[in-house]
Amino acid sequence: MSGFTVTQPGLLSLLHDRGRYGAHKLGLTTGGPLDFIAFDWANRLLGNHVNATCLEISFGGLQLQADIDTSLVITGATASCKLNGDNIQQWHTRDIKKGDELEIGFASAGTRVYLAVTGGFAITPSFGSSSTVLREKIGGLNGDKLQAGDYLPCTPAQLSKHCYLPLRERPVYGDQATLRVVSGYQQSAFNALQQWRFFNSEYQLTDRCDRMGFRLEGESVHSEVVGMLSEGICLGAIQIPADGQPIVLMNDRQTIGGYPKIGSVIVEDTPRLAQLSPGFHVNFEAISIEQAHNIHCLAHARFQRSTPLPC
Amino acid sequence: MKIEIAGQNAFIVYFADQTSAAVSAKIQAAVDNILTNMADCIVDLVPSYASLLVIFDLDRSDPFAMRQRLRVALAELDSVDGGAGDLVTLPVYYSLESGPDLEVIAERGNLSVEAVIDIHQQQEYRVYAIGFAPGFAYLGEVDERISAPRLATPRQKVPRGAVAIADRQTAVYPAVSPGGWNLIGLCPTRMFDPASDPSMPVKVGDRIRFSAIERARFLELGGEL
Repeated sequence: MSGFTVTQPGLLSLLHDRGRYGAHKLGLTTGGPLDFIAFDWANRLLGNHVNATCLEISFGGLQLQADIDTSLVITGATASCKLNGDNIQQWHTRDIKKGDELEIGFASAGTRVYLAVTGGFAITPSFGSSSTVLREKIGGLNGDKLQAGDYLPCTPAQLSKHCYLPLRERPVYGDQATLRVVSGYQQSAFNALQQWRFFNSEYQLTDRCDRMGFRLEGESVHSEVVGMLSEGICLGAIQIPADGQPIVLMNDRQTIGGYPKIGSVIVEDTPRLAQLSPGFHVNFEAISIEQAHNIHCLAHARFQRSTPLPC
Repeated sequence: MKIEIAGQNAFIVYFADQTSAAVSAKIQAAVDNILTNMADCIVDLVPSYASLLVIFDLDRSDPFAMRQRLRVALAELDSVDGGAGDLVTLPVYYSLESGPDLEVIAERGNLSVEAVIDIHQQQEYRVYAIGFAPGFAYLGEVDERISAPRLATPRQKVPRGAVAIADRQTAVYPAVSPGGWNLIGLCPTRMFDPASDPSMPVKVGDRIRFSAIERARFLELGGEL
């Protein structure tokens, strides 16, 4: 077997494919990369399958030693990346050889870094997916985050041609975001004034933001919902508990819940939220389901149309 | 029945304001119908007490076509009787040793501990929803005489297999976890085992009965005290 040895695991490094689908009936959540845009680019730059397993490195601090000749690429949040002590560029594919040491420093813009290798990491799927969900102890290596000494198996395969994604095509990781929202769920239980407050206020990310949900702080919003039956929760759903402070539910959310929801952040915008840090700000913009669909089609077309350039 | 937008790629179907065995059966029939007729564009489904969340693939369908197809699939249900659901019997070792809250529930209802145990077994429950944790099935409805509110201070550690009551719901904890439900016994059946197929002995819409077993039988079936 060949692969990589984890010398420093970083704060929270998790193996993920595109996520676990079809297992909600067992109470299992989706998991998958918080920033699927950076994840998809990592696999695409290497010519991998869209569902190949990559590493999501939250906040950085990862060091690996190669026990393999392969190619890799690092996308997502900006971090200082070094190969045997020399700086290497993100969003550029490159070769790595047996004995090489790879170091991903702490993220300086954005929070989630993605590392892909040719062919993806070879992880046995659980319930159809390699995605690690810590709360469920499922996926990845024994359902856990990376630990020092872990071995990440993969198959040797070097690219014949290297490429990079030009700067203009890459996402920009700033310190605020406007999140587009499709109104739904219990939306009608929030009166016009409450909706106005929600869509015209700025919210700050608290330090209670994790893969389950991002808790925000700002103008409080209230609904007329008293006691509701638990129901299914989709990605991006904005739950508003009694304290009036919104929580945007993310990839590792519980599958059902009983708090009123005003709508859901569109799929294209949850990665932008995921790349923000506590203290940063967001605001919400209401869009129609038709606009949301257009945004998805345009984003999809743009991804298809963008072409990596040869190195 | 109402079809509402949940998000860019999800609709939520509300079947009723309240849950009941009939509503639960109808939701299960809807799940079956959607999985049969719309599998090409369904990403996942989340059945719950009185609703069904339908998550679809944005690259294979669009909200307009989806809503239309959902309407058709749900209309067909009117002529279908909700499935009866499979009957699953779960063994339980009820005792003061395995159910530390039995006495409290007995006191609340002015009942003997034996009566609490009997009443819990008399009812046939429905699996209304699965969530909170992998394999955690919410079963209803518990006889009013033995219903009990959640603990004011949840326990740090509830053992795997704990049979518990909260309000008019009952459940078996699939794994060791914190929990605020009232514990009345232990079930040796694994409610969630990733290594087995199927990984859960029950699914939403099933009917559940509990059946008392002795301590020795509990241990024989793999239960741990």
